[in-house]
Amino acid sequence: MSVTAPIQTGPGEANVDGYHSFRLGEFKFSRDEYFVYVEWPTGKHVMSADAFLRALQRDVAWQFFYGIVNFDGVVGTVNHYGTVDLFAGRYNDVYRKAELDHLENFSTALIKSTFEEMLDDWTNDGFDPFASPTETGSAFGIKRGNNRAAITRHRVTAARMVSMPGDEPLRTNDNGHPINRHFLDVPQDEPVKEAEPGFEAEVNAFNFFAYLSRSQVTWNPSVVSVCGDSLYCPTTEEYILPIIHGNDRVEWFIQLSDELIWQVEDRDTGAALAKVTMRPGDVAAMPADIRHQGYAPKRAMLLVWENADPDLPALISSGQLPSVPIVI
Amino acid sequence: MKTYTTRFGSLADYQKGTIDLIDDDPKRYAFSNIFEVASTSRPYEKVAVGKNRQYVVEAIRAEGTSEWRTAPHDEFALVMDGEVEVRLRKLGPDDIGPTAERGSNALPGTPGGPKMGRVIARRGHMTLLPVGAAYQFHAARPAVILLQTQDGPDTVHKWAEIIQTVG
Ligand SMILES: [Fe+2]
Repeated sequence: MSVTAPIQTGPGEANVDGYHSFRLGEFKFSRDEYFVYVEWPTGKHVMSADAFLRALQRDVAWQFFYGIVNFDGVVGTVNHYGTVDLFAGRYNDVYRKAELDHLENFSTALIKSTFEEMLDDWTNDGFDPFASPTETGSAFGIKRGNNRAAITRHRVTAARMVSMPGDEPLRTNDNGHPINRHFLDVPQDEPVKEAEPGFEAEVNAFNFFAYLSRSQVTWNPSVVSVCGDSLYCPTTEEYILPIIHGNDRVEWFIQLSDELIWQVEDRDTGAALAKVTMRPGDVAAMPADIRHQGYAPKRAMLLVWENADPDLPALISSGQLPSVPIVI
Repeated sequence: MKTYTTRFGSLADYQKGTIDLIDDDPKRYAFSNIFEVASTSRPYEKVAVGKNRQYVVEAIRAEGTSEWRTAPHDEFALVMDGEVEVRLRKLGPDDIGPTAERGSNALPGTPGGPKMGRVIARRGHMTLLPVGAAYQFHAARPAVILLQTQDGPDTVHKWAEIIQTVG
């Protein structure tokens, strides 16, 4: 396939469609009305601007997440927690065999600031990369304004539990969290709490499902309760996970409502392994050697359960820990 | 306008999903269903449905009144079906307290510390079980709790019985 990037008008200047280009090492990123072009010394790649910005938004907001964030089957990032690899074709068997893949390592600060500038420059007024397709405007067309409020949203990271005094607050109409159109039937009752004097702070409970029904974003796991390194990161899902997540540790999914379909592939080659359909109450592990992408026909509540122990990637990659959670 | 129906599961109404294999072993996914597990559990049996090293997620069938329990760290109880009363008390000077490095253990009787209060939690409600406290569950009818905790002395591992082993 031949890919032609938009003509450069010179460093620091916007192209004819109003967008700037960005460089990271030998990688070059540019966009036009419909597409994003990625170039590196041995190849070039094209993605829909809509899909690229949805992926970029997550990579930036999640600070490169756990392990690999594949924007698609070709480009993505690997988090080394302090530095980040930017790659093309590295986790694609065909690119590897053809020796067309490319990888460069950057300080987290450098790649983060470049990605943030790119996201800001390429996201137009009215397009929210975190929203479901039917709840946002178009990513396409010539440059028009920005959507800074949407792309710099606060990321929920509870220290102990949402609703604890001084911790992440509950979501209400008044703080900009109306019930999502797909969750209008989710009960909003709060638990009965009866605390003896002096114990008001510790006798605490909240409606977790109601909290999720008021999420304004999709595919954005956010910490709600913390037990050591065990993090409950629930999220609401609609349409397609904009990245293909490559694990550097075991991750667990607990389906709370509705249905999700996961396409599971080999993490390093992209070979298809399984399709996991999850319904309410289902629990599944994602092994540390796979990558996965989810599909949600209706907005669904998913509990992503993570172990944030920083030693896990090295223990697994060195073979000291298996890539599966349970050995029977 | 189209109206959407949100589907949750319950002991009375759940439909497990599937793993369609292309080239893998289903056991690697440790695929189970919380309601299926709780439907065959004894009351308050703490069955691990998720495990990541020392951390577990347990499916607990709440039915009747549990023993008093305590843990050396916070735990979080999410009601997945039914209604559960959570009673909280401080430990007294004569109580044994946590006996293991992680996870919860039972106490021989009612703890001697002051009453902290109680929570009545229904489906979707999450309750903090705070470190330093003891808790007791009560459910008039069978209910299901998903507990975020650590692998403790009473955590039940019966993976071969609960997970999908053939594709
Ligand atoms: Fe993931």
